[in-house]
Amino acid sequence: MAETAPQLAIRVSDLVVGFGRQTVIDHLSLDVRKGEILGLVGASGGGKSVLMRTIIGLIPKRSGGVEFIARSISKGREIGTAAGRWGILFQQGALFSSLTVRQNIQFPLRENLVLSDALMDEIATAKLEMVGLASEDGDKFPSELSGGMTKRVALARALALDPAIVFLDEPTSGLDPIAAGDFDALIKTLHKTLGLTVFMVTHDLASLNIVCDRVAALAEGKIVAIGPMHDLLRSEHPWVKAYFHGKRSQMLQPKQN
Amino acid sequence: MSSAPLLNPVNENDILELRPSGSWTAAYATTLETLSDGVSSQIRQIKALKVDMAGVSELDTLGAWLLEKISRQALSSGHPANVVGIAENYAGLIEEVRQVNRRRPPSRPPRNPVVARLEDVGRAAFSAAEDIAAFLQMLGALGFALLNILRRPRSLRLTSLVYHLYRVGWQAIPIIVLITFLIGAIIAQQGIFHFRKFGADSYVVDLVGILVLREIGVLIVAIMVAGRSGSAYTAELGSMKMREEIDALSTMGLDPVEVLILPRIIALILALPILAFVGSMAALYGGGLVAWFYGGISPAIFIARLHEAVSVTHFEVGMIKAPFMALVIGIVASSEGLRVKGSAESLGRQTTSSVVKSIFLVIVLDGVFAVFFASIGM
Repeated sequence: MAETAPQLAIRVSDLVVGFGRQTVIDHLSLDVRKGEILGLVGASGGGKSVLMRTIIGLIPKRSGGVEFIARSISKGREIGTAAGRWGILFQQGALFSSLTVRQNIQFPLRENLVLSDALMDEIATAKLEMVGLASEDGDKFPSELSGGMTKRVALARALALDPAIVFLDEPTSGLDPIAAGDFDALIKTLHKTLGLTVFMVTHDLASLNIVCDRVAALAEGKIVAIGPMHDLLRSEHPWVKAYFHGKRSQMLQPKQN
Repeated sequence: MSSAPLLNPVNENDILELRPSGSWTAAYATTLETLSDGVSSQIRQIKALKVDMAGVSELDTLGAWLLEKISRQALSSGHPANVVGIAENYAGLIEEVRQVNRRRPPSRPPRNPVVARLEDVGRAAFSAAEDIAAFLQMLGALGFALLNILRRPRSLRLTSLVYHLYRVGWQAIPIIVLITFLIGAIIAQQGIFHFRKFGADSYVVDLVGILVLREIGVLIVAIMVAGRSGSAYTAELGSMKMREEIDALSTMGLDPVEVLILPRIIALILALPILAFVGSMAALYGGGLVAWFYGGISPAIFIARLHEAVSVTHFEVGMIKAPFMALVIGIVASSEGLRVKGSAESLGRQTTSSVVKSIFLVIVLDGVFAVFFASIGM
């Protein structure tokens, strides 16, 4: 394995996605490196979620390719189903409402592995505690959870099978700044401990700044800028400039100007 | 790099050394569980435990937890495990797993089945009382809204009333006609088939006439309306409740009962007698057709017999019940709609319970009316 170039986790090449006559993603290419946290920004309705949903296969593509570079470390007997390959945190959590929190987390385990119930409970509790919840929360139903807890449980479920890649759709939207900050820290910690590759769609400038290794800007159906945050702040593309230099983005500016 | 996991336990002078190797990941979950269960029986008998992790090529939460569990078992039998050779990239994970599952969730004592049953009965009684209260509350709110309308007739929402009359009345006619037509035909066929044994075929006209006009016509139509329009009312009001539309109305100083519920219930009260009439006619028509083709009773004879068999009283008995049934359906549907909580599941639950309760109440009401009409000799 070549160690010079960064290893890739996902390679999106020349992707076109559209609905009817409208083209949402227009010949887009994007590389997600292994072990990085990539943030994707873009206008509301500009195709961020469409891009993410196309990558995970929920929306059919017109042309182009999406390639998951197999986990170099476990080619042998990978867990066949999607849940072992990636975990997805949907914007509203998408927890199964008829199952308790613990059953929600155990669901991917139960469907994919043969384990004793006791061990399954222990793993579920371990995941719960890793995302910062108490084991008592495991007996609650999704309708009894607050917004922040729902996102944490959804993250625990996404991580149930220790996937290599995690997709997060606006993980901090709808959370208060304290809860959002905690969630950012959680993503950062889990990224480090579990060696995750994280693909994150977000509007939260603070989490882009704190959590993301690289940020990709999506405009007019293409990636118009990609790189670490300070590179994007220097980008000359008009939309990127408007996004990062608007009134609400002042807090990101270096203090000296 | 991925390979089947091994534990390689070596027991020397009661010092157990484990050299886990291979992939300790969820992909090998079953093998891993067997391995760790196999070792845990030995742990009690040993003096010390050493775990050399150098051979582990892959590790995830499951593998890390199983190894951590072995260490904890060793610790609980009095000798801390000595874990060495942790690869740098897994140190964070192992450290994290050491923190988890420290506190056993308090296991709830199993409930006494008798007490549990009693508790269920108590809860059911309580919720039945709550239902009655909700029904009476809605009846009161409706009466109040109606008084307001009588004082200021122009505040009646006429557009809304006409719209709902169109929906629950006019649009319901095809399905009501179809169902009651079939019911009438079936009653006539069964009547002819069994009466023929006594040579009493022609009494089928009495059977169909009285049964349809007094009971079946209005009852079938009321049940259909409860399923078709009552559920729609509950779902509409429930989704308005979910999206805070009802709260928005209240904050604008409007009474949701007057704006939303009263026009719906008035529409239902107007529509149900009409539908019951249309349905009864369709049932008689269906019965007449079967009597003609299956029983050989010509339409002229059927109508003549019908004239003798039924009186206006039978028709009145059926029709008087219709508006009351409409009121019951409307009240149950509206109060269930307003009891919807924030979630979509509760919307589904309340809609189901609205249909079940209104059908139940319609049948109970029919029974009460039967007793009443019998005692006044109608």
